[in-house]
Amino acid sequence: MLANYLPVIIFIAVGMVIGAVVLFAGMLLGPHKPYGEKNTPFECGFEAFEDARMKFDVRYYLVAILFIIFDLEIAFLFPWAVVLDDIGVVGMLAMFVFLGVLVVGFIYEWKKGALEWE
Amino acid sequence: MEFLTDIWNWFPAEIQNVVWILVKIVAIVLPLIIAVAYFTYAERKIIGYMQVRIGPNRVGPKGWLQPFADVFKLIFKEVTVPAGASKFLFLMAPLLSLGPALAAWAVMPFDAHMVLSDVNAGLLYILALTSVAVYGVIIAGWASNSKYALLGAMRSAAQIVSYEIAMGFALVGVLVAAGSLNLGDIILAQEGSMAHWFVWPLFPLFLVYFISGVAETNRAPFDVAEGESEIVAGFHVEYSGTAFAVFFLAEYANMILIAALTAIMFLGGWLSPFQGTFLEGAFSWVPGIFWFIFKSMFVAFFFLWFRATFPRYRYDQIMRLGWKVFIPITIVWIVLVAVAQVYDMPWWFD
Repeated sequence: MLANYLPVIIFIAVGMVIGAVVLFAGMLLGPHKPYGEKNTPFECGFEAFEDARMKFDVRYYLVAILFIIFDLEIAFLFPWAVVLDDIGVVGMLAMFVFLGVLVVGFIYEWKKGALEWE
Repeated sequence: MEFLTDIWNWFPAEIQNVVWILVKIVAIVLPLIIAVAYFTYAERKIIGYMQVRIGPNRVGPKGWLQPFADVFKLIFKEVTVPAGASKFLFLMAPLLSLGPALAAWAVMPFDAHMVLSDVNAGLLYILALTSVAVYGVIIAGWASNSKYALLGAMRSAAQIVSYEIAMGFALVGVLVAAGSLNLGDIILAQEGSMAHWFVWPLFPLFLVYFISGVAETNRAPFDVAEGESEIVAGFHVEYSGTAFAVFFLAEYANMILIAALTAIMFLGGWLSPFQGTFLEGAFSWVPGIFWFIFKSMFVAFFFLWFRATFPRYRYDQIMRLGWKVFIPITIVWIVLVAVAQVYDMPWWFD
């Protein structure tokens, strides 16, 4: 059973190695002549005038939090969907209650304006 | 020859096994990378013709060697690391986006028994890997120490996670209909005829899945992450040479992956489209892998078509589509599909 996953692990390693090989080929074969101006971050021809790790909009943070809730929801739905035939009507209704709670929360965040990006 | 088999048998069985797996992985990855190379060529040609241009036609006959010229150009370019960047993370980010894009192919069923690892949680594995790809984007934007890169990364990450929810819900619909996480079983659940394909009972989920796939891969019309007219190139503005090439490779590999997954989950994967019709016998000599590749290419074509015909969405429109349109549609459809499945309504849900 777990032996099935050996090719998967090897494949992930191979994927990373291919990227690393391409990267190193470029560093090896390409020129390497850095100087001050070339190494400044791109800023439309200006000198960079403040640190780039600046403050950003809190809405990105909100999206991240909402994402966690919904992604967990999907993680709950996956096993339910696979065995739906076995658990029948009761299992289906139980998940609908759960979905209903989620939908109430979704409506709440919608009305609160958490999804507005204007 | 005898000598070689002797050497081969001398190795312990575990090592033989690993070598076999590596050979199979190369047999998957090599055609995949060539497919990526020619997908970029196809993109330039197709968009060229759609805009009444010719597209690349100088390198080799009709421009057929153009992808190789691009590769050689990129390899001989300097890889710059901007001052103030976190060097390790800066170089790690492209690997984090390419690794998952390739590794997802480990569970892909190319034909009836042609799959590298036939794991039961195949779809879960693919969902997990496509989620990892967002780390490459975020780390690249953060490590570059550039304002444009950071802005692009924030936009892109928020967009990817938003559409991942819609995508996940669409997958739940497929799981309900198929009753399995194994990609091979999902294809077999669509056996019978073209009318058994999940694209019909799950049509809204099919649309949501594919459009979310376009948004997940940051392609036009959802390419605000790159938005070359506002934030130049977004998260990979500071990347050059092969470091950029790896991101590019990952983006195109992801597109082909989404196309292949759409073909598997909604269009019957390697099943012949003539199954159950009078033409079934006439086409029975065609191997399943041909149908799989044909369907994947058909879906992949839409990525290029979209890019040639749609103007870019505004960011607030993208977020509205993801949260306020797709998520309600998918929730409603999951409920309908679950009811249909439990009460065995039409033949799709037997």
